[in-house]
Parts: sequence; structure tokens; C-alpha cells
Amino acid sequence: MGAQVPLVDYLVLTPEPHLIAHECTQCGARFFDRRNACASCENDQFKQVDIATSGEVKAFTIVSMAAPGVPVPFVSAIIDCDGTSVRGNIIDVEPDDQHVQLGMKVALATTSVGTDSEGTEAVGFGFRPIA
Amino acid sequence: MADDIYILGITMTKFGKHPDKDVVDLGAEAIRAALKDGGVTMKDMGVMAAGNLMGGGGIAQQLQKQIGQTGIPAYNVSNACATGATALRTVIMAVKAGECDMGLAVGVEKLAGAGLLGAGGAPKKDKEAWEPSGRFGAVTNTDGRIGTNTMPGVFAQVGMEYGHKYGGTSFELFAKISEKNHSHSTLNPLAAYQKKMTLEEIMGDIMIAYPNTRPMCSANCDGAAAAVVVSGTKLKTLSKEQQRRAVKVSASILTSDPYTESCQVLPDVNTLTRRAAQQAYEQSGVSPSDLNLVELHDCFATAELVHYDNLMLCEEGGAADFFLSGAPWRDGKTPVNVSGGLQSKGHPISATGIANIWEVCHHLRGEAGDRQIEGAKVGLAHVIGLGSACGVHILEKSAA
Repeated sequence: MGAQVPLVDYLVLTPEPHLIAHECTQCGARFFDRRNACASCENDQFKQVDIATSGEVKAFTIVSMAAPGVPVPFVSAIIDCDGTSVRGNIIDVEPDDQHVQLGMKVALATTSVGTDSEGTEAVGFGFRPIA
Repeated sequence: MADDIYILGITMTKFGKHPDKDVVDLGAEAIRAALKDGGVTMKDMGVMAAGNLMGGGGIAQQLQKQIGQTGIPAYNVSNACATGATALRTVIMAVKAGECDMGLAVGVEKLAGAGLLGAGGAPKKDKEAWEPSGRFGAVTNTDGRIGTNTMPGVFAQVGMEYGHKYGGTSFELFAKISEKNHSHSTLNPLAAYQKKMTLEEIMGDIMIAYPNTRPMCSANCDGAAAAVVVSGTKLKTLSKEQQRRAVKVSASILTSDPYTESCQVLPDVNTLTRRAAQQAYEQSGVSPSDLNLVELHDCFATAELVHYDNLMLCEEGGAADFFLSGAPWRDGKTPVNVSGGLQSKGHPISATGIANIWEVCHHLRGEAGDRQIEGAKVGLAHVIGLGSACGVHILEKSAA
């Protein structure tokens, strides 16, 4: 297997794929990107935490029209991962309102985004329904 | 005690396609009409604020050159879809502060044929080496890979989130909201689209981002709106007719979004709207049950639903029941978007936050013709710009 890079820096591929966040040491607010001070309490100390790898769909949309180059349809969703809201696609599901439902349980899964000229694979993530 | 604030003159252009006019032509048309409506000229204005998002910048000065350069302070403002309301709020603050006794706010946009908003970024070229960049260290575009950036999808999720929290929503319910607004639009000659649509037509149209089909999305179009603001003290020196037609601004509020847990992944359009509404009701002494009409920011059918709740037109969690009771139809208890709303009237971004105030003023003055809400005395105009900014204005018929 060739080298892999995550699609975004808050996706960690090893030992098991999971998402990470910067957590405010004072109020516990979590951010996927860097902040100079916590948007909730202004504290400027953060620690890195792992995000739960399963959760519940609390909002979704099935996108049928997108920017050029973005394959459609796809299911965009907001997942409540044990109290942390995460944005991601729901994958491995028929993109219709019979198969995608509010409140459904899903788990983090990785997807291949493609391979570059040096043979490095970019790995993305989505959420797969839990049977 | 700060002086009272009134709208002295206000107008909107026809919304739609204006291929023969540029933003300066459209903005100038709106300003000239608003000045005429108020019986004043540029020489009477002590301040000006102008908004235009898609143009090259400096719209206020461009407009002054088109209609009258008097040397007054000009503010070019930008606050996404709340840009028009921000221009108005800027002028109101200046007049309230006593810096001047009259001012001009204008918003103008050329958006016909703009397509899908929020779909940005060039696709990565094949075979290029992955290189992390940006705040998330992304090696390529994430739109479509990590959810959606486009507006119809973002606001679809806003409506679905409400449904998950409180229940009672469905594709059909959201489509029915759109059916109402398209029906209302048939009475508005300035709307971009005045076509009544059946529920079947709306649900059967092209799906953009479930549950929003095309007619459930705001219509990209061209348009401008302008307003002349006057202090209560100055108004007393003007003619009886000007005093009679002036509309009192009982509350003028602008909020941005406070931190909430999920706002980093889905913009929270609820909390800042609820806060703006609360402040507006407190400032004006008006309660939601006093409102004779409401123009709210139905950029998508899914958004209108959540704002019934955010503006406290219903009990918390009761937006679906509120709609199903018939309350927001023009013959209902609290008519909402009798202009046709953004879905049919159109949404030339920077003009929207003044055009919705024009609609309310039009009814309070008793000048709304076929779509007049009879006896309207109090109305509310709401607008939201993603990012976010929320403007809420409460307007009352002049006592004079």
C-alpha cells in the first residue's frame, strides 16, 4: 500500500480513522480549525481531543445541484457525535428520503479521494448507516 | 433621550431582469424615487450608506456622482444578505446620535442569471501532488466531500434540523410554504415572478437540495431599494402630508451570531434572529400578537418555517402547527410575506433588507393596492445574512 494523506488535517488515519478537534480547556467548546481565543469564553488554551466515531443524523439534505465538478447527488448531513456536531456526507446509502432519515445512527468511514502523481492517496471521510 | 426615527421616503424598483441598466442606474432610480417620495433632495441628506455585494466597490460614491455630489459622509457597507438592512441601520444610528437629521440608505444588486451561490473554488487539477492548505489543511476541495457549501443545501439542513428537534415537518409542508408565497406574489406587480404555483408543480419541479426544489429557492434577480430616514424633531417641521405618510421606526436592531455548539458546521440562523426579535419587541413595546404583517427572510422555504419560531410568531417548537393553522396566509392571523417573499418577489441581495421595509411601509401607509392588508398599523421586517447578521425593524403607522 502506498502513502496516504488525510483530506483535512482534523481527520487522523491511524491507528483507526477518527476526527480530532481543539478543545477549550476552560469551557470545553470544540473547534476543527485553530482559534486565537475560544469563541465561547475567550480562554486561549486548547487541548487536542478525539471525536466520537459514531453518532446520530440531526440534519441532512440531498444535494442534486452543485458546483461544476462536484458529483451529485450526495447526502450532506450534520451528525451529533456524542455532543459534538460534525459535518459530513452520508455514504453507502441510496440518496433518497426513504433511506436517509433524521435520527438515523451512523458511523465514521473513510473514502478514497484519489491518487496524485507521486502515488499518494488522499483519504476523506463520511458517515455510513449502522445496520 | 434619543430622538424618534421615521422613514420619510422609501421605494423599491421592479425586481427582475434589467439587462439595460447597471447597478448605478438601478441604485440611482431607487434613490431618486425615494427622495421624491419623501419630498426632499440630496441637499437635505446628512449621511448616506450604500450596499452592493457583487459589484466593484464604492457604490455610494458612484451613486453620488450619478445623482448629486454634496460631500456628505458615505458608508459602503457589506453584510451578506443583510446588507440593505445594515445600510439602513447605519443611517438610523447617525440620525439617532444627532449627527444629522436626515439620511439616505440604498441597496442594489445585479444578480439575474447568477446561478448557485456558495459554490466557490476551482477544482483541483488531476495528478497534481496533494498539498494541504487553508484553515483545515485540505488537500483538495471539500465542497461535496464534507457536506455542502451551497445555500440551498445549507438552508435545507436548517429546516431539517428544526424538524428533527420538534417534529412535524415534511417535504410537503415546506412546499406548502412556497405555495403560499407564490400565491401572494400574484398581487405584487414589482415581484420578479407573479405566477401562482400548485403544490404538485412545486414538489414536481427540479430538486436543488432536498427538500428545496427550484421554486422553493429565492429567485436571483436585479433590483434596488432606497429609504430616506428623518428624525422626529425634523419631521415636525415638514408638511402635514409628509408627516402623515412618514412611518415610525419603533425598533431597529442588528445582531451577529453568538457562539453556539454547532455553528462551526452549520450556521445557526436561529439564535441571532431570536435575540434580534426579543430586542426589537422590547425596544418598541410591540408584541408579536400586535403585528398586522411580517416580511421575513424566506431565502428558502425551509428557512421561512424556522423564522416563524425565531420571531416568536408561534410557541417554541410550534412553527409547523402555526403554518398549518393558516396564520401566515394573507387572510390569516399574522400574514407573512404578502409581497411574495424572496421565492417569488426575488432576492437581489443588497436590496432585500430595504425592499422588505418598503413592503411593510406600503401597507402601513394604506398604499398597497390590491394586496393591501386592511387597517395595517404595525409590521415587522426581518432579514438575515449568512455568516451571520440579522436585521429586525418594527414599523408603525404614523399617528399624524
